[in-house]
Amino acid sequence: MKISIFKIIIFSFVIFFLLVFWLGLKKNNNYDTNNIIGNKISNFQLSSIYNNKSISEEVLKKNKFTLINFFASWCAPCRTEHKYLLNLSNKNDDVKILGINFKDKKNNAISFLNELGNPYDFVAEDTEGKASIFFGIYGIPESVLVDSELVIIKKIVGPIDLEQYEAILQLTQ
Amino acid sequence: MRLKKIIIIYFFLFSSLCADENNLELNEIYKNLRCLICQGQSIADSNSDFASTVKLVVQDQIREGKSKEEIYDFLISKYGEWIVYQPALTKNNLLLWSLPYVVLILGGFVVFFIVRRKKA
Amino acid sequence: MLSNIGEILVFLILASSFLIIYNAYLDIKIRNQIVKKTIYNLSLFQITFTILSFFTLIIGFIHSDFSLINVYENSHTAKPLFYKIAGTWGNHEGSLLLWINILVLFSFLFLIFNFRHNKKFRLCTLIFQNILIIGFVVFLLLNSNPFSSIYPVPLEGLGLNPILQDPALAIHPPLLYVGFVGCSIYFSAAMASMFSEYKGKEFALSIKSWVQISWCFQTLGITVGSIWAYYELGWGGFWFWDPVENASLLPWFAITALMHSVMVLEKRNTLYAWVIILCLLTFILSVTGTFLVRSGILNSVHTFASDPSRGIYILLFLGMMIFASLIIFFNKHKKESYNFNLKTRETFILVNNWFMAFFLVTVLVGTLYPIFLDVITDVKISVGPPFYNIVIIPLIVPFIILMTVGPQFKWINSQDIKFNKNIFVFFGAVIINLFIYYFFGSYSILTNLIFIVAIFLILQCFLDAKKSFSKNKKFEYPRIISHLGFGLLVLSIGINHQYSLEVDFNLKVGENKKVNNYEIFFENIKIEQNKNYKSVIGNFKLTDLKKNSVQYLDPEIRVYSDPETLTYEAAIKSRITSDFYLTMSNVSRSEYYNIKFQNKPFMIWIWISAFIIASGGFVQLVLKKNEN
Repeated sequence: MKISIFKIIIFSFVIFFLLVFWLGLKKNNNYDTNNIIGNKISNFQLSSIYNNKSISEEVLKKNKFTLINFFASWCAPCRTEHKYLLNLSNKNDDVKILGINFKDKKNNAISFLNELGNPYDFVAEDTEGKASIFFGIYGIPESVLVDSELVIIKKIVGPIDLEQYEAILQLTQ
Repeated sequence: MRLKKIIIIYFFLFSSLCADENNLELNEIYKNLRCLICQGQSIADSNSDFASTVKLVVQDQIREGKSKEEIYDFLISKYGEWIVYQPALTKNNLLLWSLPYVVLILGGFVVFFIVRRKKA
Repeated sequence: MLSNIGEILVFLILASSFLIIYNAYLDIKIRNQIVKKTIYNLSLFQITFTILSFFTLIIGFIHSDFSLINVYENSHTAKPLFYKIAGTWGNHEGSLLLWINILVLFSFLFLIFNFRHNKKFRLCTLIFQNILIIGFVVFLLLNSNPFSSIYPVPLEGLGLNPILQDPALAIHPPLLYVGFVGCSIYFSAAMASMFSEYKGKEFALSIKSWVQISWCFQTLGITVGSIWAYYELGWGGFWFWDPVENASLLPWFAITALMHSVMVLEKRNTLYAWVIILCLLTFILSVTGTFLVRSGILNSVHTFASDPSRGIYILLFLGMMIFASLIIFFNKHKKESYNFNLKTRETFILVNNWFMAFFLVTVLVGTLYPIFLDVITDVKISVGPPFYNIVIIPLIVPFIILMTVGPQFKWINSQDIKFNKNIFVFFGAVIINLFIYYFFGSYSILTNLIFIVAIFLILQCFLDAKKSFSKNKKFEYPRIISHLGFGLLVLSIGINHQYSLEVDFNLKVGENKKVNNYEIFFENIKIEQNKNYKSVIGNFKLTDLKKNSVQYLDPEIRVYSDPETLTYEAAIKSRITSDFYLTMSNVSRSEYYNIKFQNKPFMIWIWISAFIIASGGFVQLVLKKNEN
């Protein structure tokens, strides 16, 4: 077989394709929206679950860090992460926690917090779930950690576990 | 009186056409959005919670008068490019959109040269 | 015990493959035209072992023998018998055994039916095919063994997924595999052809029927898959450009191109290199498709439960196949001269191949691009229906025109055809299109063009049929039938897409919703307890206010307990003019139900036209058989 540049190109392409397939096998397939880290959260409209007062960007910008946590009384995994939220609210004064009550009833949410303890500095309501879209949320529990400029520095999909909790502490020292 | 009737009929015809178009556009948008928690389904086809929430937000934005492109841009800024089924015309996707046409043109040349070649 | 029997049989298949290769190799050296009887006998043994092994697995499923892990994972004593049997090939390991069955079957049949052809060629084909068989059997034994056993034997199986219990889904894989795997034989034949220098017209004749068979079954398999998706998956669509769907479409483009090019090779003894490339490419695409579907590299609603180790094996096999075919091709390829006259049938077949290549590359790039982008730049994008529609649909217009005009030409000699009659037909199509436009509602310029050319193709096919019938040119019938089917398919899809009504809204029991000239009344909810599921049935009354007719539609939400799943059964009324499609899902924590109502015109014509396309191919096979 004569070696020509054409044949070398074809063989290189084939090797390239097979290599990409092989690397593709090792990649994580599930989309996790972690690429939104670095984006700013903006134009959201939240109102407090207690008194319907609005919780605006200015309110959040006053905090050094805000952990925005989406939860609901009917959500079982939300219970497992609750202790980490309580620890955070006690430990670190720089981190304020905004709880957004997702597709829930006000009374159920309040009983939930009475039962498990209230780690939130603010609690907003999102009865139709529409606010979650403005934060890039697609399931609960899900949390977003932002700084004082409202830039997203971490996204947690699913309940916060020990590893995530320590990562949050690290980021907010 | 007759003129009034005609105007009313035209108004209803026109508004029903509008209603159609609104619905058509909503559907088109739903079909172009990917359900993030499903295994390969659009917002239009999915019965999931996430899909119904996104539909509500899209409906709100249409009512506010936002265009298709603005809604897509909004969702892409929140969720990344993965959420839209039509790949954007960016540097990243240049190869995707151009390769088929490159092959079309090259193929055309091949056919042209084969048919042109005459036996010596 | 079944496990042992099954494994022994698989080892026997492996052994017979090695023996066949060895004996064929020896027999090639004997320069006569008679294939040794030993080889026939070995092939007979091989096919017997293979079919027996498949039966062994089927028996395992019928008797719910849970000592076989495969049966345990994919079956259940409560499954109806039909679905127990279908469960055999509805899983990865079982379907792999089906692949091997088809590989061996085609190997055997090719050997037997091609007795008129060159001995060295036949034996080389046998050798290459058996190398493929060995590859798959080794993969089965090492990684995906349907006969591996489990002890202690579980009392009940896991496999009661209701979505998989459907008649269309039961026959869809076997149909598709005859297509996918059937193309293995002309891959092997192409390799053999290069090796034994058995080229040209003779080679074309040896593979012609096999290409035709795999094309017919691939077409049927894709159609049945779409029918299943429409009736079972509850979204009202039939094609989503999902990667798994694309994996079945890619070989189809290649086989269609090949089917046409083989005609040119047969009639004019030219395009040999291109035919070889297509033969190799088709099976390579099949195996690539298998890789995409079974390795877990892609995110899709269709994928089998995935396992990366499978992916590595298949990738290895694919790599070896590609390198082997490239090396042999570059080694043996001799430059060809071409002598195409412009206004001939073969030129238009070349044009068909050109378009097929375009469609193939579009679908290939669309499917693979997200993987490549993700691996190289870590950016994830989605490529869905909008991409494929934007790129492919405009090119359908010139494609159909060329498809209508091309067959008017004859082989070999340039012919100046008077297009008067055709232009007349074209104007007929334009008028019919205007009719549709005026009476049923306006649409875009592109849609106008699509309708015009599709109707043009249909009308011209009818005229061609009349001419062929009067001149008794039976050999034209297959082409006319399939092309007619294609025109009808494009027209049906166009009408369906243009005039479909889809509305999405929330409704409570007792509420009414008016959509265009339809009124949907949510009468009530009934709850039924069935054998293995609870059914929430919505009763809807659909009134057509224009025609004053009433239909009743009863969509269901099924709650299965074992395994815990939820399925949505659409209420579908299929009629000649259009389908009514209603699905219902509950909105969590609310009394409301989310309702999707669709009116889909010409739906049933889409299926009919797809079957017409396939039937053209079957008519061709019957004609050839009668010819012999």
